[in-house]
Amino acid sequence: MSDVDRLLGFGDDALIAAQRLAEWHASSPEMEEDVALANIALDQLGAARLLLTYAGESLGKDEDALAYLRDDREFRNCLLVELPNGDFAVTMAKLLFLSAYQLPLYTALAAGPDERLAAIAAKARKESAYHFDHSSQWTIRLGDGTEESHRRMQDAVDDIWPYTHELTAGEVSRSDWLTLVEPVLAEATLVRPGDGGWAPDGGRSGVHTEHLSYLLAEMQVLHRAHPGAKW
Amino acid sequence: MSSEWPLWEVFVRPRRGLSHGHVGSLRAPDAPMALRNARDLYTRRQEGVSIWVVPATAITASSPDEKDAFFDPAADKVYRHPTFYEVPDGVQHL
Repeated sequence: MSDVDRLLGFGDDALIAAQRLAEWHASSPEMEEDVALANIALDQLGAARLLLTYAGESLGKDEDALAYLRDDREFRNCLLVELPNGDFAVTMAKLLFLSAYQLPLYTALAAGPDERLAAIAAKARKESAYHFDHSSQWTIRLGDGTEESHRRMQDAVDDIWPYTHELTAGEVSRSDWLTLVEPVLAEATLVRPGDGGWAPDGGRSGVHTEHLSYLLAEMQVLHRAHPGAKW
Repeated sequence: MSSEWPLWEVFVRPRRGLSHGHVGSLRAPDAPMALRNARDLYTRRQEGVSIWVVPATAITASSPDEKDAFFDPAADKVYRHPTFYEVPDGVQHL
């Protein structure tokens, strides 16, 4: 993988996660959670802007060109972030698994040789720690909650689990990721799915699920209809 | 389980050396989530260094009906107010 593809992978994970989380805006279960999810979406968007700006410099493109004018095959995000939000439990499972990847990733990058990437990662790492905390709190409450919430949280974990293998196929090891995830699932009284089953991937090389194109259509339509549009 | 989350009152300490002040209220299922919601609602622009959340039901408030008996007797006792000395320059919080 080239250096640019690597940066695009980090940046696109954050961008697509931000877009998905923003879909909850004004439709969260409670007003307080609405603000929390919007905050997390903005954290992800902030990291995406820094990472895509950096990636774009060697491509001669700015952050807007990368966000709004690439087609799905040019995106390098993992499949997990583009999956639909589903119910609140699915959204929390996705955020838990993503932040358990981004936290050790950014921690390692913050100590890495690339000073600019290290500075971006050092800032994003603190935000990821909060995202992990927030999604852990909800996973525990839903998993160890009512019969209905437990069933939904377990379903969400089971549904999203296969997509986590793509997260741990790169710079974050499966064991580092599990070190964060397993205690949360245990406290939530949830069954940790087994590894070794279906493990879809392809996001890092631009082969995505059908969901990404629809997400991009909504995210890009304004910029493509009115090139250079500004607020 | 009631369908609505309980109400919590939020107190934020703006910076070291100042007291926690009441900033508002919010709804949350329990104390740890109330603390996190308070962080998102009341300190996202770096308004504070410390947060307290208190169940609204745990607060005992003075009654508006007893306002006169509670507060008026203090009005004509100027000697209770620290108004008879100069405040030194540079003291911001007295």
